[in-house]
Amino acid sequence: MAWDLDSDRPIYTQLVERIQMQIVSGNYPPGGKLPSVRELAMVAAVNPNTMQKAFAELERSGLIITQRTNGRTVTEDAEMIQRTRKELARDHVNVFFTKMKELGYTKQEIIDLIQQAYERESNI
Amino acid sequence: MNGLVEITGVTKAYDAQHVAVNNVTLTLPKGKIIGLLGPNGSGKTTLIKMMNGLLTPTGGSIRIGGYEVGVESKAHVAYLPDRTYLAGNQKINDILEYFVDFYADFSKEKALEMLKSLDINPDAKMKTLSKGTREKVQLILVMSRNADLYILDEPIAGVDPAARDYILRTIINNYNPDATVLISTHLIGDIEQVLDEVIFMRYGHLVLYTSVDNIREEKGKSVDAYFREVFAC
Repeated sequence: MAWDLDSDRPIYTQLVERIQMQIVSGNYPPGGKLPSVRELAMVAAVNPNTMQKAFAELERSGLIITQRTNGRTVTEDAEMIQRTRKELARDHVNVFFTKMKELGYTKQEIIDLIQQAYERESNI
Repeated sequence: MNGLVEITGVTKAYDAQHVAVNNVTLTLPKGKIIGLLGPNGSGKTTLIKMMNGLLTPTGGSIRIGGYEVGVESKAHVAYLPDRTYLAGNQKINDILEYFVDFYADFSKEKALEMLKSLDINPDAKMKTLSKGTREKVQLILVMSRNADLYILDEPIAGVDPAARDYILRTIINNYNPDATVLISTHLIGDIEQVLDEVIFMRYGHLVLYTSVDNIREEKGKSVDAYFREVFAC
């Protein structure tokens, strides 16, 4: 199944986000081995060079580590993973708030809506 | 600069009024998947034919892997033309043998494997196949070579979307950091996810040569959308 990517944003940024998400959600656990560039490029149906660029970016940030003998692994630094999780959450909230403001919602209305959505979700 | 392909000031003029390719200079690196994009009549196929020695430039030079276009360069280039050159009464199996004879870098195993995954019977004669299936067979022949440069002229135009996905996966799967794939097409949206770089041509001129992510970053739109803007009629 090819990854569903937006057509108007750089591909490698989106690959970085996807892999960050997999790490933060524990899909790729701390210290766990990552698929090779080629494997993941095949799965995502993207160019291996672009996947390589995404991996390089994640290495720079320290979230993944390249070992000469053992391929690439997720960092074991739980604090760094938590920090990434918070950053991702903050990004999502920012996008959400921008859109709600465009729709003309006030702070209280937004909070009420979130409350309602949360309760609906918990009842299922 | 030392690229895999060095195109220097290349022009192809049929007469003063008909200049198909006009003073194009380009250096293509190793290990990239590059889209050659442009509207009809922009000179894409003419440029490709000159890279394969099927047309002689009126001016300028083309070097591939350090060789002038000729016998040496052709041994390193796998070319899918925009029209078929295989005889209708040949069986696929016979064509495979022909390719084994002809190209030192041809892998019959690889070709048979790809034919199998596309459910194509190697005993079939070319003329009994549909247009789309014939195109698939030709692409398989080209991708089964272990070349330095693959030049694919409109490889996906005639095939259904599922086969298109398979072809793109084949290109990714065969990706080799030392080889470059040059793909000319109108169907940009379908392939931009696998491209590193794109070349835009118009009226025989080189308009743009940049990376896909550069266009997305700078213009905030897909290559497909940007192409429609640049070449709006």
